[in-house]
Amino acid sequence: MLNRTADADIASRAGAIVEGHRALEGPLLPILHSIQDEFGYVPTAALPAIADGLNLSRAEVHGVVSFYHDYRQEPAGRHVIKVCRAEACQSMGGEELAEKLLALLGLDWHQTRADGAVTIEPVYCLGLCACAPSAMVDGEVIGRLDHDAIAEIARGVNA
Amino acid sequence: MALIQEIDYGTPVSKAEKTVSLIVDGNRVTVPEGTSIMRASMEAGIAIPKLCATDMVDAFGSCRLCLVEIEGRRGTPSSCTTPVAEGMVVHTQTGRLKDIRRGVMELYISDHPLDCLTCAANGDCELQDMAGAVGLRDVRYGYEGDNHVVARQGGELNARYMPKDESNPYFTYDPAKCIVCSRCVRACEEVQGTFALTIEGRGFGSRVSPGMHESFMNSECVSCGACVQACPTATLQEKSVIDIGQPEHSVVTTCAYCGVGCSFKAEMRGEEVVRMVPWKDGKANRGHSCVKGRFAWGYTNHKDRILNPMIRENITDPWQEVTWEEAFAHVAKEFKRIQFQYGRGAVGGITSSRCTNEETFLVQKLVRAGFGNNNVDTCARVCHSPTGYGLGKAFGTSAGTQDFDSVEHTDVVILIGANPTDGHPVFASRLKKRLREGAKLIVIDPRRIDMVKTPHIQASHHLPLRPGTNVAVLTALAHVIVTEGIFDEAFIRERCDWSEFEDWASFVSDPAHSPEATEAYTGVPAAELRGAARLYARGGNGAIYYGLGVTEHSQGSTTVMAIANLAMATGNLGKPGVGVNPLRGQNNVQGACDMGSFPHELPGYRHISGEETRDIFEKLWGVELNSEPGLRIPNMLDAAVEGTFRGIYIQGEDILQSDPDTHHVQAGLAAMECVVVHDLFLNETANYAHVFLPGSTFLEKDGTFTNAERRINRVRKVMTPKNGLGDWEVTLGIAEAMGLGWDYSHPSQIMDEIAATTPSFTNVSYDLLEKMGSVQWPCNEKAPEGTPVMHLGGFARGKGKFIRTEYVATDERTGPRFPLLLTTGRILSQYNVGAQTRRTENVAWHAEDLLEIHPHDAEQRGIHDGDFVKLASRSGETSLRAKLTERVSPGVVYTTFHHPGTQANVITTDFTDWATNCPEYKVTAVQVSPSNGPTAWQVEYDAQAAQSRRIAEPALEPAE
Repeated sequence: MLNRTADADIASRAGAIVEGHRALEGPLLPILHSIQDEFGYVPTAALPAIADGLNLSRAEVHGVVSFYHDYRQEPAGRHVIKVCRAEACQSMGGEELAEKLLALLGLDWHQTRADGAVTIEPVYCLGLCACAPSAMVDGEVIGRLDHDAIAEIARGVNA
Repeated sequence: MALIQEIDYGTPVSKAEKTVSLIVDGNRVTVPEGTSIMRASMEAGIAIPKLCATDMVDAFGSCRLCLVEIEGRRGTPSSCTTPVAEGMVVHTQTGRLKDIRRGVMELYISDHPLDCLTCAANGDCELQDMAGAVGLRDVRYGYEGDNHVVARQGGELNARYMPKDESNPYFTYDPAKCIVCSRCVRACEEVQGTFALTIEGRGFGSRVSPGMHESFMNSECVSCGACVQACPTATLQEKSVIDIGQPEHSVVTTCAYCGVGCSFKAEMRGEEVVRMVPWKDGKANRGHSCVKGRFAWGYTNHKDRILNPMIRENITDPWQEVTWEEAFAHVAKEFKRIQFQYGRGAVGGITSSRCTNEETFLVQKLVRAGFGNNNVDTCARVCHSPTGYGLGKAFGTSAGTQDFDSVEHTDVVILIGANPTDGHPVFASRLKKRLREGAKLIVIDPRRIDMVKTPHIQASHHLPLRPGTNVAVLTALAHVIVTEGIFDEAFIRERCDWSEFEDWASFVSDPAHSPEATEAYTGVPAAELRGAARLYARGGNGAIYYGLGVTEHSQGSTTVMAIANLAMATGNLGKPGVGVNPLRGQNNVQGACDMGSFPHELPGYRHISGEETRDIFEKLWGVELNSEPGLRIPNMLDAAVEGTFRGIYIQGEDILQSDPDTHHVQAGLAAMECVVVHDLFLNETANYAHVFLPGSTFLEKDGTFTNAERRINRVRKVMTPKNGLGDWEVTLGIAEAMGLGWDYSHPSQIMDEIAATTPSFTNVSYDLLEKMGSVQWPCNEKAPEGTPVMHLGGFARGKGKFIRTEYVATDERTGPRFPLLLTTGRILSQYNVGAQTRRTENVAWHAEDLLEIHPHDAEQRGIHDGDFVKLASRSGETSLRAKLTERVSPGVVYTTFHHPGTQANVITTDFTDWATNCPEYKVTAVQVSPSNGPTAWQVEYDAQAAQSRRIAEPALEPAE
């Protein structure tokens, strides 16, 4: 019963977001961004409301949402760390630093710590190859990572 | 006989008129502009390897197997997405292409199970074929298939593995075998128009997903099977193929469900149907089908089917099985006795809209020539008789004006009283395709049916009228068109009688018919109605499609005339893309009407009083025909209650369930002395029968069906009748027992007789059908190959006739005791009274009839979703479960009539169309109240039915 109420609430808030974006050309991606801003993730219960609002099928919306890794299926931690694992960063020792960061946080890729403090995700190129290895913490990019920087990131999320 | 292999050209046909020539592998090919290189090559007989292309859907260019080299161009473009150009020189097989293709196949096979020998698609797998075609000999990346193929790897669970989805009763989805070619997704979108499938995820994680990662049954899937047909592997596979194996021969035949009349290949193993596959050359369906036609044929083998003739003295006795000879002799003896005792007019017959033209012709011949009266009627009485009457009056022919292909040229569609996504699904898919291309839609329906809003389809106007006010709404549309001067004067002056138009125009211009004035009782907002009228009159090619929501009213015939008026006033007749198009309910209701099933009409809609017409038949049949019209079904029942009508032969129709006012039908049947029911199953009517003659299915006989577009399609026998005789042979048996001396050894001879006696069929023969595939009547000297669009140069009757259409409210009114209006209809998975579909897996979708009620009306009555409710009208009461939905407006409730346990027709009244007696199913004043179980009537009915269906055990052989 509780779940059903929660779902209805999500659907109605999602419906309002769809209304607000209806005039846009190609409104689906902006709507999904707004949904993620609103809920911290893209809840499945929001998809039928989006489909109905844009006159798409549930399947089509699901296809788009599942295509983009950035749309989360569950809320992220309070801090989000994205570490680049693409070629340039790998060649500059990124893998080793990434392993160390995972160890410091006690997490594996894509995991969120039980206390909800942090989520860590791999990313394939931040466009910072010239300053590899690189990462992004809460939307801010950091270049030329080294052991100290890693330790600082780990400390930062615990604060 | 062999399996019919249809050529897959890879991409759809181009409709361009300009042609282009090119050279493919040294062969010169000329094709329409816009054709793909792949299709052009196939037309030259050169098959380019492919996986993601198939000609039912647009090119996609994802499999990278169909690459070619073009002289003067760089690279290796995909042949499916590259259009031809003048003078192009294409090479489909070069060393470079071979290497690329083999490399691509290696990648596919590295993540595909190698269980080919035990795979259901073995022998019908395009992946296997392509591996052969490109000469795949080894896979450098290994065969482990460690992405999707196995559930466990080295003892660990494989997170990428997904188990088989077997939720759909007819097909399975095995993600392990999927090559992500997207053919299923595109078929669902482009062909069916449901958009139930997508590719979820990306890269190696890509997978076909019904809905939002749901099972097929829980998704939006309507089980049309287009995805199964499109799948090149065993990923989507019919369960019947998994059970039986690959078919070895196929026969083209026609579906026996709705009036769309889809052509199918019945793919067989011996006499066993393996699967039904829509035939791409079928001109009604163009290779598409719905859940009923493709999958719901299991009833043909259902255990309830009766295979031996049976008789009994009284309807309270158990049935006794007899031989065919005994049954025929009994029927002949009884009918003769009744006629001797009560007069020649005391017996009659009902033809079936489910049977073939030939069978229908024989039944009416039996009545007219054998019984010597005209007491023959058909179930079209209860569905489209107003269409015959109304269109006959306005245009001069009793049929739709277009073919289904016409919808591809339409710009504005008015859909009135029809719910094609449920009732005529294949037509709905074709309509949706046109709407996605930009055509506009106006829906006139009390319910918010799916066509009002469904993915990628949105009606420009929905006019949610109160049931029973069709005429007022259509006249208001005409009012707007006339008073705003947006009628087509040139067309009217040329094709219609101008003075009749002026009379009609002055009638509709009356302010009393304005949308503002009629809004009060139709409930349709005036502004919305004006918008709809302007759109139809000025939006380009305007076509009207309508269904039983138009005809099954006390003013059904008037509504049909009002529709004809609208089409004539706007010049929307006599060319592709326009017209007046009844969506016929049953597979052969058009044919049954054509074949002289009405008491006043001989085949070809010629009145029985016409001496010349009678003369044709009298000469051929060697008997004198009665010139007086006979009794209609309701009159037969009235006469039975009065005691003047005593015997009836009912072929393939369940009048107790399908005709209005069940109590009256019961009383009429119970009063007769010899009711002969000829059907597949002991239907509800058979509870009152004295003779039961087992029927045969459409798979078991030869013949023809005529669909809603007047198309005569062949029905071909693919198996021996389980009951021993085709339905035409049964009628023949009765005729022989009555000493009529008929001589037919094949239905083609019956068609020859039809052609010889009926001007619109003169040129029709089985030879012509064999040659042409199908033809649309009129098919005679003037139109030797049939007539796709009617009234091209002028109307059949000469000048089109405008008829005044005064709105007269039905006598069935709501009041304090019965404040709600009930309207009835059907749903996708069930068909008519459900005799067939209830005996298939289709019950998975619709196990019982539900009462749709608006939440507001439900709340007032304390009714919750799923509650048992009592539905009562002035005629009777029944009970069923409620479904709360805003698809119906407040004040309106809706149900289907697929299940005998509900018997919606206990509720409906005996009001009928003024001209044709077509019952008013679509409007009944009712009350809905909470209930805790079946009504007394339902309990009593079930008990009587069980009692009546007993079959006596054959007497044991005495012991030696």
